[in-house]
Amino acid sequence: MRKKYYHMYKLAAVLIALLSFQNPAAAQTDIDGLLMQKGFFCVGPTAGKSSWKNYWEGTFKRDNANLGTVSTTAYMLMGNYGITDKLNVLFGIPYIKTKASAGQLAGQKGLQDLSLFVKWVAKEKHIGKGHLKGIVIGGWSSPVSGYTPDLLPLSIGLHSKTAMFRLMADYERGNWFTTLSGTYNFRNNVELDRDSYYTTEMHYTSEVKMPDATYFNLRVGYRSSTWIIEAIADKWTTIGGYDISKNNMPFISNKMNATKLGIHIKYDTDFINGLSFVADGFTTVAGRNVGQASGFSGGIFYIFDLGKKQKKSDNKKTADK
Amino acid sequence: MKKIIITSFTAAVTLLLSCSKKIEEANLQYPLLNPVKADANAGTWKPVLLSAPNEFACAAPIATTSPDYIIQLNEIKSFQNDISAAERDQVNYWGAGAVLRWNEIMRELVARHNIPPYQNPDGTYPVPSANNPLAYPTFPFANPPYASRAYAYLSAAQYDACIAAYYYKQLYNRAAPFTVDANIQTLLPKSTLPSYPSEDAVVMGVSVELLKLLFPGDQDYINQKAEEHKRARLVAGANVRSDLDAGEALGKLVAAKFIARARGDRAGAAVGNATIWAQQEADCVARGELPWKSQESPARPGMLPLFGKVRTWLFDSLTMVTTVRPPAPPSTSSQKFKDELNEIYDFSKNLTREQLRIAHYWADGINTITPPGHWNYIAANDFVNLGFSEARWARNMALLNMSMMDAAVACWDAKYTYYNPRPSQMDPRIKTVTGLPNFPSYISGHSTFSGAASTVLGYIVPSKAQSYTDMAKEASISRMYGAIHYRSDCEMGLVTGNKIGTYAVNRGHTDGAE
Repeated sequence: MRKKYYHMYKLAAVLIALLSFQNPAAAQTDIDGLLMQKGFFCVGPTAGKSSWKNYWEGTFKRDNANLGTVSTTAYMLMGNYGITDKLNVLFGIPYIKTKASAGQLAGQKGLQDLSLFVKWVAKEKHIGKGHLKGIVIGGWSSPVSGYTPDLLPLSIGLHSKTAMFRLMADYERGNWFTTLSGTYNFRNNVELDRDSYYTTEMHYTSEVKMPDATYFNLRVGYRSSTWIIEAIADKWTTIGGYDISKNNMPFISNKMNATKLGIHIKYDTDFINGLSFVADGFTTVAGRNVGQASGFSGGIFYIFDLGKKQKKSDNKKTADK
Repeated sequence: MKKIIITSFTAAVTLLLSCSKKIEEANLQYPLLNPVKADANAGTWKPVLLSAPNEFACAAPIATTSPDYIIQLNEIKSFQNDISAAERDQVNYWGAGAVLRWNEIMRELVARHNIPPYQNPDGTYPVPSANNPLAYPTFPFANPPYASRAYAYLSAAQYDACIAAYYYKQLYNRAAPFTVDANIQTLLPKSTLPSYPSEDAVVMGVSVELLKLLFPGDQDYINQKAEEHKRARLVAGANVRSDLDAGEALGKLVAAKFIARARGDRAGAAVGNATIWAQQEADCVARGELPWKSQESPARPGMLPLFGKVRTWLFDSLTMVTTVRPPAPPSTSSQKFKDELNEIYDFSKNLTREQLRIAHYWADGINTITPPGHWNYIAANDFVNLGFSEARWARNMALLNMSMMDAAVACWDAKYTYYNPRPSQMDPRIKTVTGLPNFPSYISGHSTFSGAASTVLGYIVPSKAQSYTDMAKEASISRMYGAIHYRSDCEMGLVTGNKIGTYAVNRGHTDGAE
């Protein structure tokens, strides 16, 4: 009889925060099929950098000598607590800094959006030699500082309160697994500092109606008690929105789409129980109204036993057949 | 437990799906035009270009007892037989005022076209052509000087058209359809004015022609708006067809006079050429000063270097040079200049959130209605509550926009006379939180526009004069917060703008509308 996996939640999506004209794929999503065991709390910082030189103005791919290379640095604190073995809560909060290597526009920096998630294993089933989990995830994120979203591509975020609803299937067989998830992102109106703006028509209000977005994420890889190595493909699609017109500046309600490929590696140390390292890298292979960003990040996590009934080692070592 | 979780998830999603994102836009909340004073004598007001209110003919109307008039009443009745919700919306939209809505339409076109052309492969820049408006780069590039001129021509022409229409209203004194036939519903406040020719149609007719001149690639949109406007007036029972036809025809005649002026006002040559650009720079060097350089990449020729030569409305070109043009800015080698430069560096380093808000509130950069458009919007938001007649709307907007176009001319004259560099050119550490305008620094355009606009609006709405002055000061200093202008640019901009505004106020004192 197989035991359940009790893995630490990992942070594949850290870097997504850094995407481009702003971070389609919601900054700090819990995007994997793993959960913390009851009573355990995993927490740690990550740091990452991404950049782009080319971007898509609508479907037209170009560079811009008045921006040069736009880079984003992000530091983030993330955590995951196991309420039960099947129900976890998670949080993430990033500090972001942007910079353009050319031109006159000033880079921006600040705390971006706090995100909270509830992750619940709704269904589990053994299929042959494999094990299938159905997971439901609800998320919410909200700006925690007064940063302006109206200075794209250098704004640190879109300043939209967002709610996320995600369905996920995680299938594993031996040390091999695949995880597929689909997310719907409800995005709230955003308030600008000005009282009129133009999209495809004139608007006399400071409020901007934000298009919702979907996000699909596919992961395939290897999991053991010590290593997780996986390849990732994901696609962010804005439902509605409009293209940046020729030689115009980007705007928050643009139709921002991005398809990315990436890898994620996690190593659980043997020398300190509960300590792990993560590394991520991604590149953008297709997009619309976003920068063609590539980036990498790394993080360190530690697991605390807040439940006191179980030992940390359970968490790691039960992750076996 | 499971049940609770499922229920919560379901509840959350349901809540989100039902969550309304509806936004109430300010311009769709305006009240219906309902003049406190009819201004029936507006036909006696002093026009801008017309030699007399009856310079253009408007034929006498048919009698309200004639069979053809009865047919026109029946047309209204057929429209009113079955009024849809969309038609009611249109009636209310246009019912807020013809001058207001056509001004708004122009703002929309300005914002749509206010984007600088993308460079050629060889690093030069193409220039939009009025003769081929839909080919890239589309015509026009509605930058602030272009926009100021567009608003001014539209408003001044609407004003003269109103004067002509009100003259003929008094002359012919034909009753409105709802007075002639009690069975005609009126969906709008009943005007006490004679309805022939229609003031709405005269404004529409003159506006359509001016918009076609200024935005020749958008004629389909413009014509569609004109049709909507006419239909709204008929559905509302406010005018019969012949009221509209006569107004539209009169408006087109008045427009022709303004179009002739526009074709000869030198704006078409304001782009200049490479020889002129080099000469302006050389003149600056010859004065021993450091010349402005484009910091765009590839370097873009300065915006409309000869706009300072364009024909003004409120004073002549000699007065502009002798009386309006500001004195030279602090020399780039002076201590005052260095102090002012350091001040901007400090803003760029230590900007507060409130200062950033102010910089962005007034930025009015690319793809916006521009600073003159912003002041049109401010004026419109106040005017809708003041019970102006169409003629008074037109007169007030004409004073406002003529002053802002003259502000643009005087400002551009100073910019290219002095050719002063931007702060970020002098100190590369300075980064901006708003787009760096591609033309010399002194004097600030925002400040000049705002100085003129606040002076004129303070005259029109005295109870808000202080508020307009405060707004102008905020608009002015917003350019220092944005790190794109020195204090001298902003202060002299306001002074120059105020001066120009006073010319418009003086015109107001003598135009017969007070």
